[in-house]
Amino acid sequence: MIAIVDYGAGNSASVLQALTHLGHRAEVTSDSGLVARAERVIFPGVGAAGAAMASLRRLDLLGALRERIAADRPFLGICLGYQLLFRFSHEDKTECLGALPGEVVRFPDDLREVADGRRLKVPQIGWNRVEFAGSHPLWRGIDSGGEFYFVHSYYPRPETAPGMTLMHTEYGLRFASGVVRGALCACQFHPEKSGRLGLRLLDNFCR
Amino acid sequence: MLSRRIIPCLDVREGRTTKGVKFLDNVDIGDPVEMAAKYYAEGADELVFYDITASAEGRGIMLEVVRQVAAAVFIPFSVGGGLHCLEDMRAVLLAGAEKVSLNTGAVLDPELIRQGARAFGRQCVVLGMDVLRVPASPEQPSGYEIVTHGGRRRTGLDALEWARTAEALGAGEICLNSIDADGTCDGYELTLTRLISSSVGIPVIASGGAGRPEHLRDVLSHGCADAALVASMVHFGGHTIGGLKDYLNRQGIPVRQSWQ
Repeated sequence: MIAIVDYGAGNSASVLQALTHLGHRAEVTSDSGLVARAERVIFPGVGAAGAAMASLRRLDLLGALRERIAADRPFLGICLGYQLLFRFSHEDKTECLGALPGEVVRFPDDLREVADGRRLKVPQIGWNRVEFAGSHPLWRGIDSGGEFYFVHSYYPRPETAPGMTLMHTEYGLRFASGVVRGALCACQFHPEKSGRLGLRLLDNFCR
Repeated sequence: MLSRRIIPCLDVREGRTTKGVKFLDNVDIGDPVEMAAKYYAEGADELVFYDITASAEGRGIMLEVVRQVAAAVFIPFSVGGGLHCLEDMRAVLLAGAEKVSLNTGAVLDPELIRQGARAFGRQCVVLGMDVLRVPASPEQPSGYEIVTHGGRRRTGLDALEWARTAEALGAGEICLNSIDADGTCDGYELTLTRLISSSVGIPVIASGGAGRPEHLRDVLSHGCADAALVASMVHFGGHTIGGLKDYLNRQGIPVRQSWQ
């Protein structure tokens, strides 16, 4: 069974819709026991880091999440669920899960397109290219450079660590739009809203 | 590089997609769920639904449409029309929409933008602006005024000032509809779009006037729009989303190509 972690931070229903469409059995849950036992865990989220961490603490989910990641059991963080994996977020000055080394920072206000100097808006809303090198089961059937749907004002700045491979996207600057490390996968974009490529990525994770 | 978005817009009344033709009754043009699935398959980057139902039971029908779209279409979509309180917004988001579009409701109560952003996040709150060109005056220094009720009611609000106010209150995006251009198929209101888009730090979706592929090219380049709404030209104008994207790509406008 796939557990979709529900901690009051948004889009768990959209993730469930996508998995159901793909024929996978999944359950939206805030139960830490289920999160600990599930074969796979998807950790979605939209909203602000501070409130999200407070909610995870209140629901007593932090331990189960940390243990799963430490044991390298299949885990997919999406959007805020990606950012919360890092040590610290500058959004609300929040201590996060610390499963990945690095911090989450805001896009600068004077962001400009590298190619033509066009002013870029924050949040980044829309479809952007995701590049990656090497092979990982998450990327089966997906070419580097395919477009995925993003909505965010903050982005992670991972420190280099052994065994960790990054995905990259350019929005005025080149940032880490995702990471894979063993069974741990996480991405800034929303695969559940990224059409065919996003569904493929979710399906890859669930197999 | 971020792609510019092409967003089909569906007006829904009593569970059916309709299209108002100037001075005539709305024409039934199909089932919104089927149309959404078709545009999704053709490469639409996002969808917008406006609920133009007046009745209370129509509201329930709309939520059912939203649920069905959410189960069939895996791109973001927003729902607007008749949202006047947090509970209205919550119902639409829980039914599966990513975003709500506030229009008249936000004009009547600007705090609704702040409340929505706080409860659901800024990225969920789109400000829909219906804008009429007026002579520049001390009240409307930009020469554009906000109107409501499909353009029939003037509000006295200056469009540029309202856009900035809404951004400060927490709107995550603006959907900018020119009443002058709407339904003409003569092209988007480029001056207005450029003015608003270059004056705010949040994305602006241009709306109203699209009839030919060049119109999209112009509004996404000279008009500085981050996204373009299309309706008639794809509903019954003989254009497809895929065809529009091929054209824009040839014109050097970055659009998403990898949907197939």
